[in-house]
Amino acid sequence: MSTTTVETAPAAPSSGAHAARPARTITPISMTRLVGVELRKMFDTRAGFWLMASVGIVSVLATAAVILWAPDAAINQGTFSSAIGMPLSVVLPVIAILAVTGEYSQRTGLTTYTLVPWRGRVIGAKVVATLLVGLVSMLLALAIGAVGNVAGSALAGVDTTWDVTLAQFANILLASILGMLIGFMLGVLFRSSPGAIVGYFVYSLVLPVAFGTLAAFQGWFRDLQPWVDVNFASTRLYDTAMTAEYWQQLGVATLIWLWIPLALGVRAVLRAEVK
Amino acid sequence: MITVESLTKQYGRFTAVDHVSFTAATGRVTGFLGPNGAGKSTTMRIMVGLTRPSSGSVTITGRDYRDLVNPGLEVGVLLDASAQHAGRTGREILAIAAQTMGLPKSRVTDTLARVGLTESEAERRVRNYSLGMRQRLGIATALIGDPQVLVLDEPANGLDPAGIRWMRDLLRGFADDGGTVLLSSHLLHEIEVIADDIVVIGQGRIVAQGSKSELLAAAGTLVRTTDADRLARALHEASVLTTPIDGGLRADADPELVGEVAHRADVVLRELRAADGAGLEEMFLELTAETAREGAAA
Repeated sequence: MSTTTVETAPAAPSSGAHAARPARTITPISMTRLVGVELRKMFDTRAGFWLMASVGIVSVLATAAVILWAPDAAINQGTFSSAIGMPLSVVLPVIAILAVTGEYSQRTGLTTYTLVPWRGRVIGAKVVATLLVGLVSMLLALAIGAVGNVAGSALAGVDTTWDVTLAQFANILLASILGMLIGFMLGVLFRSSPGAIVGYFVYSLVLPVAFGTLAAFQGWFRDLQPWVDVNFASTRLYDTAMTAEYWQQLGVATLIWLWIPLALGVRAVLRAEVK
Repeated sequence: MITVESLTKQYGRFTAVDHVSFTAATGRVTGFLGPNGAGKSTTMRIMVGLTRPSSGSVTITGRDYRDLVNPGLEVGVLLDASAQHAGRTGREILAIAAQTMGLPKSRVTDTLARVGLTESEAERRVRNYSLGMRQRLGIATALIGDPQVLVLDEPANGLDPAGIRWMRDLLRGFADDGGTVLLSSHLLHEIEVIADDIVVIGQGRIVAQGSKSELLAAAGTLVRTTDADRLARALHEASVLTTPIDGGLRADADPELVGEVAHRADVVLRELRAADGAGLEEMFLELTAETAREGAAA
């Protein structure tokens, strides 16, 4: 379009003229560092901080409620553990959801995935960070419940009863982790905080009622329910001795409701355009 | 250096980026100019691996972006200054970037100072930031790894004139130190102020590219003389804007006025002519009019 062919740069440095940049050794980004960054991001906003703090707050409140209102006969470790477990089963999945969806709702993914363009590693770091938070939360809840049990039984003047075995605690821990993974799955699938949180309530409130109703009125479904109702299969972890069949049912139900959708969600995260 | 080769991105039947090829050279500031929706941001997102191209490729210093082991240390990227967590403080956002890249904490404070964010501003949450402050923070995130290449999408958006001047000086210094800068804008004026080379894109296609003086010479008057400085002073006194080009000036006035001024200033001219062609500005206006919703009266 122009007839001008002049080379006009006032200063067009050849690469030699400004080769002053020292050669640097560039170290790769380790997985440990990424997990550290993801943990940091879970705590460093007011909302994130209070969500994390709510784990402790909710545990203390639930413990206090048991001490105040539970009959003396019910003051035992099992009561404390279920009282704390109930609210945590809501809080922990929400933590998992927000660990993923924050990148999309707040559009920080633009920076995150630019600094770390291998999205699978970012998602992996988020899973590890989420599970670490879950593990620490459960240990904290266990400790608070234990203190509550000692204090509660002393106040009520009854013997302190330790009726939660290590195996039971391990099952409860597994149930919480499955809950968090379901939250995480909804996070990668929806990539939007409101969508995933609504999805979680559908999972934990609507589906169990629907399956329960179906089982109550349709005989053929009654035997099928443990295999396809993930809530039914996983709540057994809290209060039932698990048999081999129960484990199989848990495996099938989570395959349908957790592992397959999780795989689809992760695939979508890896492929989707980040805007 | 950034090399874009025959890059194409289709969304269904819509072609957002259509066989785009250009180079952003080392030591130069390359302006990526085009109206809204022309494909600038899509091209830039493809560059850094956020969007997959339908075909074509981009290499940065000869490598694919995903092959960089720690991209933040090699390429500084700002795609959207509003894409920052509203609940984090400016300092925290920068600290996260530094931690991801494995940089010492001291770099956070240094970089905040470099982009002109004060200590108290850095402690505020980003929801309380003006767009200009978000741009500075975004540029800080791009600069903190001390990269050799910068990819900035609309970085001057929301900056006041002093901010634009600051940005120009910053990018000038960066390019003079041997860095490569690619920045986009939908405003010709911004690009004129900042860039050395210009790539113009419209409706997904490159419509013009070249050095700024080459492209801008197409409008106004070209004048060559043995004493360009004196003529430039005389023209400035006559309120005519000039841009130095090789062996002369480009003046924002018609040849008659430039001739008169030269005559009065006793400057000997070697060449005096209207810059031919449609001119960058007209071309750009045409492009903009084609896509502008307001202009589509017909």
